[in-house]
Amino acid sequence: MVKKIFALILFGGLFLYSCGSGGSQQEIKIDGSGTVYPITEAVAEEFRKVDPDIRVSVGSSGSGAGFKKFTRGETDISNSSREISEEEKALAEENGIEYQQFSIALDGISIVVHQDNDWVNTLTPEELNKIWKADSEVQKWSDIREGWPDEEIRLYGPNTAHGTYDFFTEVINGKSGASRTDFNAVADYNVAVQGISSDKYSLGYFGLAYYEENADQLKLIGIDAGDGPVKPSLETVKNGTYKPLSRSLYIYVAKSAAKRPAVQKFVEFYFDNAGELAQDVGYVPMPEEDIKAQKSAFRSFASDTVAVN
Amino acid sequence: MNNAKFNRLKDKAFKYTGIIASISGIVVLAIFIGFVIYMGVQRLSWDFIVQLPSRFAEESGIYTAWMGTVWIMVFTTLISFPLGVGAGIYLEEYAPENRWSKFLEINISNLASVPSIIYGLLGLGVFVRMMQMGNSILAGALTLSLLILPIIIVSTREAIKAVPSSIRDASNALGASKWQTIWHQILPASFGGILTGVILALSRAIGETAPLIVVGALVYVPFAPQNPLDEFTVLPVQIYNWVSRPQEEFIINAAAAIIVLLGITFIMNGIAVYLRNKWQSKMEW
Repeated sequence: MVKKIFALILFGGLFLYSCGSGGSQQEIKIDGSGTVYPITEAVAEEFRKVDPDIRVSVGSSGSGAGFKKFTRGETDISNSSREISEEEKALAEENGIEYQQFSIALDGISIVVHQDNDWVNTLTPEELNKIWKADSEVQKWSDIREGWPDEEIRLYGPNTAHGTYDFFTEVINGKSGASRTDFNAVADYNVAVQGISSDKYSLGYFGLAYYEENADQLKLIGIDAGDGPVKPSLETVKNGTYKPLSRSLYIYVAKSAAKRPAVQKFVEFYFDNAGELAQDVGYVPMPEEDIKAQKSAFRSFASDTVAVN
Repeated sequence: MNNAKFNRLKDKAFKYTGIIASISGIVVLAIFIGFVIYMGVQRLSWDFIVQLPSRFAEESGIYTAWMGTVWIMVFTTLISFPLGVGAGIYLEEYAPENRWSKFLEINISNLASVPSIIYGLLGLGVFVRMMQMGNSILAGALTLSLLILPIIIVSTREAIKAVPSSIRDASNALGASKWQTIWHQILPASFGGILTGVILALSRAIGETAPLIVVGALVYVPFAPQNPLDEFTVLPVQIYNWVSRPQEEFIINAAAAIIVLLGITFIMNGIAVYLRNKWQSKMEW
């Protein structure tokens, strides 16, 4: 009986192994930002209907972790919700990885508070900086603006693994990663949504999609960067009036990958469909002409490499 | 109040404390499971099992995730079973009683309590990068094997210890060699216990997310793995990804996937119980 079990396990493994027909199919490996992930997933899903022989796999380990793999040559395309950093550039250079950045959609970072919060309607970037800067002294709402409640403010934001955190701190605090640390740093934005929607004196920030899906539980704050308060929406992010918390979302394509016809086909498909699909999953499509410019930039990037070879 | 009465009162109090303690665990578990089933059962369907992941929650399925889980589990079993049982037999039957084996023993017990993410980092450094396996099923299975090896070793030793020493003495007295004694007497007698330990360890491995994310389990994998060096995703990773989506419908998907994962775990535990009972009733000396 003991022998039988051993044999069974062995045969099970051999059977699975023999099912393998060898990984000779065309593969495209993508990893990176969890923010960009839903768009790339949608594109990959649609692409599969067009060309099922090309195997596209997508991870969502975060912009930073994605670049770590990308700059080692482990992935073909890296999703990112921020631009590549100097250190990451240096790493890529060290490992001989050439790449180019392409914008594929836009996103606005929304500042939200509890629904019953009736004192805040707008904040200025200066006030946001006052709240979030590294040595912030804001402990109570009344510390931000006079007349606001003398109640402790409880803050929610993404943790350091998120590109959203890097972007927000860079825009608001002047330096990527510079932030006060005594806030609820969440790995999962839904935790922030829950926290803010159940605490009258809370405030937090995250991508627009998370506000839109939970609009009935949260109150959106307008940002006044000098031209009057503007709330983030499809409209205001696309036409650039929601400042300064609008951002581009990117894919980075390695040059060695851009040589391959499969990758070329996929990335062009990406540009052709990113507008519609981005909106499907809660992001803001780029203006038509910008997408076209990105596509032709990719064409010359890819064909340039073909010419070299 | 006299002493006897007081003691009887203490007795009662202790009994009810015990009842409350045991019920509260079950109640919490029941609430969790009930909640998950309540949320997820609406999404459970054959389509959900056989469809690929999708950006539309209603069209999204767990085919590649559970296939990945099956692949990972088969290879984890193939690797951890012989290694773990072999080590257990050696430590219990062959290893001399000296400082070295004491040292080994303590370390194995300690390894059982190392957080799983540490194994993930080890797997990333050794299997994925140093041994160039990439983010493959093989790397994931090796990492999970490391994670559960200590549990298998310890339970194998416990199972062997439970075999009455009279059996060993009798076998030796009949002139059987050490290996004959182990193969024909000790192993059959303890195999139910060993299998139970192995399957419980595997049940733990099946729910692990953290080490596999570190090793590089992806999220969107629209193809079932075809060989051990393929990329993969597993059920817990898929669940983790769905839970962090902004859309409510994906949370429901996650609940449905949890039901499937729980189902697989229950089946594995069921097999463990069945095997143990079967072996125990069969062994008669």
